[in-house]
Amino acid sequence: MTLHRPPARLALLALLALLGLLGACAAPQRVILLPAPDGKVGAVEVDSGASHQRVDTAYGGATVPQHGQIGSFKTDAASVERDYGALLAARPPRPVSFVVHFQNGSSTELTPDSAAVVQQILAELARRGAPELIVTGHTDSTGTDDYNDHLSLQRAQTVVDFLSRHGIAAAQMEAVGRGKRDPAVPTANEVAEPANRRVEITIR
Amino acid sequence: MRTVPPYRAAPLAAGALLALLCSLAAGAVDSAGMVKTLKGQVNILRAGQTLPVRVGDPVLEGDQLNTGADSSVGITLRDDTLLAAGARSTLEIRHFSFNPTTHDGRLDSNVKRGTLAVISGKIAHAHPEAVQFSTNSLTLGVRGTEFIIDAGEQP
Repeated sequence: MTLHRPPARLALLALLALLGLLGACAAPQRVILLPAPDGKVGAVEVDSGASHQRVDTAYGGATVPQHGQIGSFKTDAASVERDYGALLAARPPRPVSFVVHFQNGSSTELTPDSAAVVQQILAELARRGAPELIVTGHTDSTGTDDYNDHLSLQRAQTVVDFLSRHGIAAAQMEAVGRGKRDPAVPTANEVAEPANRRVEITIR
Repeated sequence: MRTVPPYRAAPLAAGALLALLCSLAAGAVDSAGMVKTLKGQVNILRAGQTLPVRVGDPVLEGDQLNTGADSSVGITLRDDTLLAAGARSTLEIRHFSFNPTTHDGRLDSNVKRGTLAVISGKIAHAHPEAVQFSTNSLTLGVRGTEFIIDAGEQP
């Protein structure tokens, strides 16, 4: 900076004043997309009212200033861990699921390997704070929706009873019937498929 | 309609009372989610009252969660959406409904200040258009994914 060139100095002062003003404004808000543990990346649609942006790459981000257009940026795993490590560590543990099947033709007798699943469930429960068990029954595609909704809930209740006999408190379990909506093995309608007659136990 | 002999009215009344009590107890099942992780100072503003938070507490539609410095809270919603609010954050569950049989439902949540980490759940999987997160500057639609919203320090 030179004293005998006042216009340049004024310009610099004006720039500093402008930077000061910008600093007083709130930092732009940010959205960062993360990859799932299996590497899959979904997408988010960010809308500021004035503009719109889709983010669909791992560690891609959008910045949303108080006024003006949405910007985009790219970050990486190390930066996210540095800036948001404590936040990510506060996420509840991901739900895990176990599946039990019924003996051939039976709607009440579970297959013999179900006892081993109980041991896995007990171990998982011990690892978690305030765990809940969601016990979801499924059917194959034979019969009406109403029939299968009822049957799947019955299957779920059978498993809830089975688990409570093995020392898991009924109060932390919820029985759900999902009918034929979620086949393990997709089939055409009205197909008897033993693999789809199952109960999924999700611990969250 | 059947007429009810007087000697049968008392058990019926008792039954009605029991049904009422059961439906009140079932209200707890209709929570939006549950607190799973907790660090530092966190409270819930519910119907004008500020409540302390413990792991295992229910989170209800309409709740506003506030975290202090060096604090955080993790919540699992009933559709398996996982949420974490970081330090000095305000998170509101504006709307939550979920049918575990059909996976129909709606989630509308706002981050007034601070940070929120999200792993989307079953509503976003079945009906992405029914899930929305917002701040005072943006709304965010979710296409089955994990993300962070940093709403910054707001007044």
